[in-house]
Amino acid sequence: MKTLLTVIFSLFAFTCSASGKTELMHADIDISDNVSLKRGAEHYVTYCLGCHSAKHIRYLRIAEDFELNEDVVLKDIAPVGASIYDPMLSAMDKHDSKHWFGNVPPDLSLIARSRGSDWLYTYLKSFYRDSTKTHGTNNALFKDVGMPNVLWKLQGEQVPHYSDAENQVIDSLSLARPGELSPSEFDTVVTDLVNFLDYVGEPAKLKRQQMGKYVLFFILILGFIGYLLKKEYWKDIH
Amino acid sequence: MNSPRFNNFVNWILARFPLTKVWNEHLAEYYAPKNFNFWYFFGSLALLVLVNQFATGIMLTINYKPDSALAFDSVEYIMRDVDWGWLIRYMHSTGASAFFIVVYLHMFRGLLYGSFKKPRELVWIFGMLIYVCLMAEAFMGYLLPWGQMSYWGAQVIISLFSAIPIVGEDLSLWIRGDYVVADATLNRFFAFHVAAIPLVLVLLVFLHIVALHQVGSNNPDGIEIKENKGPDGIPVDGIPFHPYYTVKDIVGICVFIFFFSVVLFYMPELEGYFLEHANFIPADPLQTPEHIAPLWYFTPFYAILRAVPDKFAGVLAMGGAIFVLFLLPWLDTVKVKSIRYRGGIYKKALFLFVISFFGLGYLGMQAPTPSATIAARLLTVVYFSFFLLMPIYTRWEKFKTVPKRLTSNSSIGDRLPLIKQAISDITQDTVVTTKSGKTLHLKTPNPSGLRSASVDLAKKMKDSLD
Repeated sequence: MKTLLTVIFSLFAFTCSASGKTELMHADIDISDNVSLKRGAEHYVTYCLGCHSAKHIRYLRIAEDFELNEDVVLKDIAPVGASIYDPMLSAMDKHDSKHWFGNVPPDLSLIARSRGSDWLYTYLKSFYRDSTKTHGTNNALFKDVGMPNVLWKLQGEQVPHYSDAENQVIDSLSLARPGELSPSEFDTVVTDLVNFLDYVGEPAKLKRQQMGKYVLFFILILGFIGYLLKKEYWKDIH
Repeated sequence: MNSPRFNNFVNWILARFPLTKVWNEHLAEYYAPKNFNFWYFFGSLALLVLVNQFATGIMLTINYKPDSALAFDSVEYIMRDVDWGWLIRYMHSTGASAFFIVVYLHMFRGLLYGSFKKPRELVWIFGMLIYVCLMAEAFMGYLLPWGQMSYWGAQVIISLFSAIPIVGEDLSLWIRGDYVVADATLNRFFAFHVAAIPLVLVLLVFLHIVALHQVGSNNPDGIEIKENKGPDGIPVDGIPFHPYYTVKDIVGICVFIFFFSVVLFYMPELEGYFLEHANFIPADPLQTPEHIAPLWYFTPFYAILRAVPDKFAGVLAMGGAIFVLFLLPWLDTVKVKSIRYRGGIYKKALFLFVISFFGLGYLGMQAPTPSATIAARLLTVVYFSFFLLMPIYTRWEKFKTVPKRLTSNSSIGDRLPLIKQAISDITQDTVVTTKSGKTLHLKTPNPSGLRSASVDLAKKMKDSLD
């Protein structure tokens, strides 16, 4: 049996170590930070909404959840002409976008739930200059993605350094031309944006986490009383 | 409540309906062995989860739309715009996984204490039918959110039927109602998930309990308490289910809903084990996901399916892995029921079986690599050997003497001093002075204590296998 166990465990160890993945950067987000969320929403409308809808969220819900006045949301966040009851819809025509990018840009309502916030953060920071592509950029995390680097003006231009030039294995990226923002300012923009996307993925998340501790406390009390009741009933059973 | 009018009303009912009889037969005068331990909570917990699934499921159908164009968005509508919709949906999705955890532990209890053996064969068969229904229920329910994994999972599983010779293609077409998984499939799965299978489930649960109460509950000692009755005709080692086990189950339920709520409120996706990440992408028939894996509770069987090189043989092996469980009462013919008095051979075999089940479960989640396939094949052999070789290896088993009366169980209260002792053995008191000049008395892990404790634990585990 010992040999059998050794065989099983070594096989597991072998299969576990076989997979290799790109290291993701950590997105330092906080969905209870309303200031960051508001900035993220503004960035979303400025840089993302042109192509990507987030049809499952309404401006009204944003006003309620970020504790903002409806007028402030309409003035600072929503695009001109949007009503407070509108969902975040992109004005781009699907037929056109297919022509321009090869794909219809996906709705981003749930992107943080399918990809995870760390992935989004890494993705937005992994664009680099690639003159072979139609839009002049490529992405180290999502190779040959149809999306151009919409934040290039803020970030500047990154160039790749290859660890294996022949197979184009990218080791790291470095800033070749600085953008309008310093690297740390740019990180804040990306963090706010990812924070907003994480919120949009599940608007009830903060409420659920805040409520959890009261529920658990109640169950603990209930369980303690239940245990005393059980002890009382069972004292004669031996 | 004691007004004559109320009494008259109660008497009117009782004269026409055997409420007292049912209450007594199944609760107040149903005598259960007094030594139920941890493993005996999972029956009542399964019932609790069933009620949870019914209640939350009915509420979900109020806003869900079984239409391939609307289904995904209607789930998000529930998550966002329906008051408390997120709570109901998470209770249902967490409940699905919790159901399988509870049922697997409930079944394992049967393996530990021989609860499937004579005279409880029928209890086991009804239980197995419940398990099969549950799998159908979970599989069909998983299509309803109409995400990528819903869609492609269903596509893969239904296509398995097409591996059956001659009728296969027509059969899978008949199940889907279309050439691919489509709106027709979603509609019929909805009908089965919310109406047909729940009805069968309720009926089977009823039969499971009636069959159990006819023969009486087994216990950790595997002794029939009915063979030892007092002059009043009541088993001397039995206690009425109500109030003793009803109050005990309340404690079990509290512990269960505590863990349930931790998942529900803090990690409803549980890292993708309870809700897969790819299922937050709407179903797209034109784009196959890189890696299709069923939810965790199906992965042991999925690994068996993939381990067999031929598709049809794989389907047979997967079906066989479930079918062989039905045969258990006739494969294990040993008279001694409880693992407490069984020989080392069965204990070791059961240990290997548990390893194979977890191992296959893990491999079923991973992408198939050559080495993973070899591991899965090996574990599949272990899985089947546990059952099919049972009539052979149990022949050499050496049993311990089974006592005539139930042995007593130590309660948590009795064990507290021992637990305290164990904690003080593995920790040591250290005095730390913080930067602000305060002295703190901390308990830090004691390396030598930890070492001797883990050696003791390993020895105990090894001894328990003999």
